Amino acid sequence: MRKILGRVVPAAIPLVVFMVGMEWLVRVGWIKAFLVPPPSAVFNTLLRDWRELFTALAKTSAGALAGFALSATGGIAIGVFLSSSRAIQRAFYPYAVFFQTVPIIAVAPLLVIWFGYGMRTVVASAFIVSIFPVIANTLSGLLSTDPALRDLFRLYGASNSATLWKLRFPAALPQILTGLRIAGGLAVIGAIVGEFIGGQGLGSVVDVARTQQRTDKVFAAVLLASALGLALFGFINLLSRVLLRRWHASEQD
Amino acid sequence: MAVITAGRLENGGAAVRLHNLRRTFDDLVVINRLTLDIRAGEFLAILGPSGCGKSTLLRLIARLVEPTTGTVEVTPADLKFHTAYVFQDAHLLPWRTVLENTVLPLELMGTDTAESAARARAALAEVGLAEAEVRYPAQLSGGMRMRVSLARALVTQPKLLLLDEPFAALDEITRFRLDIRLRELWLERGMTVIFVTHSITEAAFLADRAVVLTRKGGGIKMDRRLALPEIRRNELRASPEFGREMEALLAAMEEES
Ligand SMILES: Nc1ncnc2c1ncn2[C@@H]1O[C@H](COP(=O)(O)OP(=O)(O)OP(=O)(O)O)[C@@H](O)[C@H]1O
Ligand SMILES: [Mg+2]
Repeated sequence: MRKILGRVVPAAIPLVVFMVGMEWLVRVGWIKAFLVPPPSAVFNTLLRDWRELFTALAKTSAGALAGFALSATGGIAIGVFLSSSRAIQRAFYPYAVFFQTVPIIAVAPLLVIWFGYGMRTVVASAFIVSIFPVIANTLSGLLSTDPALRDLFRLYGASNSATLWKLRFPAALPQILTGLRIAGGLAVIGAIVGEFIGGQGLGSVVDVARTQQRTDKVFAAVLLASALGLALFGFINLLSRVLLRRWHASEQD
Repeated sequence: MAVITAGRLENGGAAVRLHNLRRTFDDLVVINRLTLDIRAGEFLAILGPSGCGKSTLLRLIARLVEPTTGTVEVTPADLKFHTAYVFQDAHLLPWRTVLENTVLPLELMGTDTAESAARARAALAEVGLAEAEVRYPAQLSGGMRMRVSLARALVTQPKLLLLDEPFAALDEITRFRLDIRLRELWLERGMTVIFVTHSITEAAFLADRAVVLTRKGGGIKMDRRLALPEIRRNELRASPEFGREMEALLAAMEEES
């Protein structure tokens, strides 16, 4: 309990200071309330519109999680495939980089044409935005195996698959988890962008509230979206802790 | 003592015959026209200045590197999995416990059986690590990690044990202890040991034969049989005959650096 408090309190202090500061700045009139609503107004909106907002949050969560799950499994699989030979890397890696450079805002309307309005477009958008860091980190982790250990495996006649699963993959795990951590945040962004154009959830709430000049509602939705991103980040940290606790310096206290 | 000698004869080690061995990396000639006969059960130390090709030679013998020309012949010939290799650092798998690290070679060779764990425990006991089997490498000292690495090499009952400056990173007391233990293990098991080191003292203390490589071109500068007793204790380090061997090795090394 003490440990948890010791972690939460330092992170909460800047938030509280910021909230109180904002409230004050808006009340004395230095910031116009229709540009930036006071935190109390955002809080009220959260309470008043909770049914709509939380339905939207549930949809966005489903879209982001599905997109994340796809990019995690797909990204790891593609990373493993690319690591199998240098020729394969030369042939396919440039196309993997495409995922990183694709301007999602420009492509999203296309996704709507392909997948229609709804969840599938949202998932596709979350997937496209978040897969590249998983591929890149998996690949770089798999390629940086200790050469002495590779020699050791060769000496005892280890098969390629034994070398992959007993050596290269576990050695790459810390880096793969780093990729997943980045992908989690990106998947939420991708889902929101998808909802902007062709889905329902926090993204569409923001879009509608914006046209109604309801900045308080925009802020409430953004707040929930960040909370979703944080939750996903926390989940991956927990996973990382469970998997690496015994052996990796990053997870030892 | 008689028992130990009998044990040695029973087990035997592998004989290694290098003939006209040459290895280049692009334009760099690392090993050149090297011919060397290593008898079964011999304890050979290989000395030489940094970068002269000691590791490359060891990797050639382990068939981790192919010769450019020349041959490496190990007899008996079906010896593929009876070679063990110990690196300068322990190189353990950090996500495996001490016991799981020690079992690894048996797993990879596909001879993982019900008694694998027992064999690994026996190997750990031989290096004095019986109580540490459930620990992870991160929880061990450098000396303990090196012992695990040694146990991992011993678990397959190798006939040829190759060591590449294995104790170089350890403090001197730990290193002396491991030197003594390695020599005992060699006496008990009768395997062939090839030990690469920078340290003249270590070579003289451990080996029955020392080969000094030339600085350039990877030839043999000196090949010397050491006239020292079979069982080595720390007292030996202060004896006149030890001093004589050191002096001979030092002279050859100095000319090459
Ligand atoms: N795979 C490789 N590719 C290119 N050059 C190599 C390779 N392996 C070794 N060399 C070169 O061969 C030479 C001998 O290397 P080696 O590691 O065998 O020396 P060494 O005697 O073990 O040195 P040290 O005492 O520092 O360990 C060095 O110049 C090294 O750069
Ligand atoms: Mg070396």
